[in-house]
Amino acid sequence: MAEVKLFRAWSSPFPLRIVWALEVKGIEYDMIYEDLSNKSSMLLQYNPVYKKVPVLLHKGKPISESLVILEYIEETWKSKTPSLLPGDPYQRAMARFWAKFGDDKILPLIWEAFIKQGKDQEEALIAAHENLKYLEVELRGKKFLGGETVGFADLTFGWLANLVSVFEEIAGVTLIDHEKFPLLLTWMKNFMDAPKIRETWPPRDKLINHFRALRETLIAKEPK
Amino acid sequence: MVEEVVVFGVWVSPYSRRVETALRLKGVPYKYIEEDLGNKSPLLLKYNPIHEKVPVLVHNGNPIAESLVILEYIDETCPQGFPILPKDPYERATARFGSKFIDDKCMPAITQACWGEGEASDKAVEEATELLMFMENELKENRFFGGERIGMVDIAANIVGFWLGTFEQVTGVELMTRDKFPNLTNWSIEFVRNNVIKENLPPREEMISYLRKKRSAR
Repeated sequence: MAEVKLFRAWSSPFPLRIVWALEVKGIEYDMIYEDLSNKSSMLLQYNPVYKKVPVLLHKGKPISESLVILEYIEETWKSKTPSLLPGDPYQRAMARFWAKFGDDKILPLIWEAFIKQGKDQEEALIAAHENLKYLEVELRGKKFLGGETVGFADLTFGWLANLVSVFEEIAGVTLIDHEKFPLLLTWMKNFMDAPKIRETWPPRDKLINHFRALRETLIAKEPK
Repeated sequence: MVEEVVVFGVWVSPYSRRVETALRLKGVPYKYIEEDLGNKSPLLLKYNPIHEKVPVLVHNGNPIAESLVILEYIDETCPQGFPILPKDPYERATARFGSKFIDDKCMPAITQACWGEGEASDKAVEEATELLMFMENELKENRFFGGERIGMVDIAANIVGFWLGTFEQVTGVELMTRDKFPNLTNWSIEFVRNNVIKENLPPREEMISYLRKKRSAR
């Protein structure tokens, strides 16, 4: 039994970041799958504030919030390469800034563009593109945001690589087009080709079924 | 190279005050630029084009935005000075979690509870009370969230330690009462008494005036 346990839900992008980090660093761990519609008492005990996945349990001590967990992994297993964060404090600050930007701006807007329709969808997409432009510029001259290998910020944006095409297929809309975002699309390809990434992510057809059903439920709930 | 540190802030903002507090704790001299958010300077827009917000720290011409990111940067750049984050990885994770919790959950709920209207505000009062209770239980009878000395969570919690009291006074909404929150109440008293913190808070009467003006302008 590994001294590291990860509580996750199979479809959620947040615990997947942690899976990637642990795999890439070769850290042994046990996976505990949660049914988010019927959360275990253990999850609620370990994450009483948010009641969400991921939760990392290390030697019995829980840590929540994916970005906090990534930093913990980096600091606890110092000798395990590759490093997720660079050594220079300014570059570390930049990685943290981009990760926060991704979670605060890009993810919610792409999600909005996926689950809404009509004018709401259009507006969300415009806002998403306004923000993605910054990421496109940041990627100039870089294979990954972390440099030559996948880093902290790349893991945070990793959901783009496996979920955007799923969302596009379900909603029948192009979310990230190659004319406006060539560097971002190249980054997505480089990311999915990086070690341990594609082999650990959920199967595409399962994701399509899951998010299609979720989208239909959310659309049905919308006030007419 | 001569170190040049500039902070772009706004006198009423808890976020820019966090950055100034951290620099003072480390004994780092800096130049402060007060921004007018209704008329942002070209420099601010150049240094923070994505969010166009304060605070921004510029160190030898290199800008960093987002107050919690800045706090970590200050701590890492001055490892010998006053520790903002603890050394132990698990304690660091707890501090990061706590600071993020304040920004992601507490601040929006407190703002909505005090400044919102009707049902949305009532709901937010309930939520804010629940969230403050997490903080109350986390603090226990410790002097500070950082233990014997202030740390990252205390600095991030300046909103709860100082600003919340001013919101309550101006709006009449009561969130952090002594009988419900004895630990937090004691902590907030210690917090505003701390030498470095108190140098970096806006004068209370001026803050209250400012909030009153804002409220009547709505």
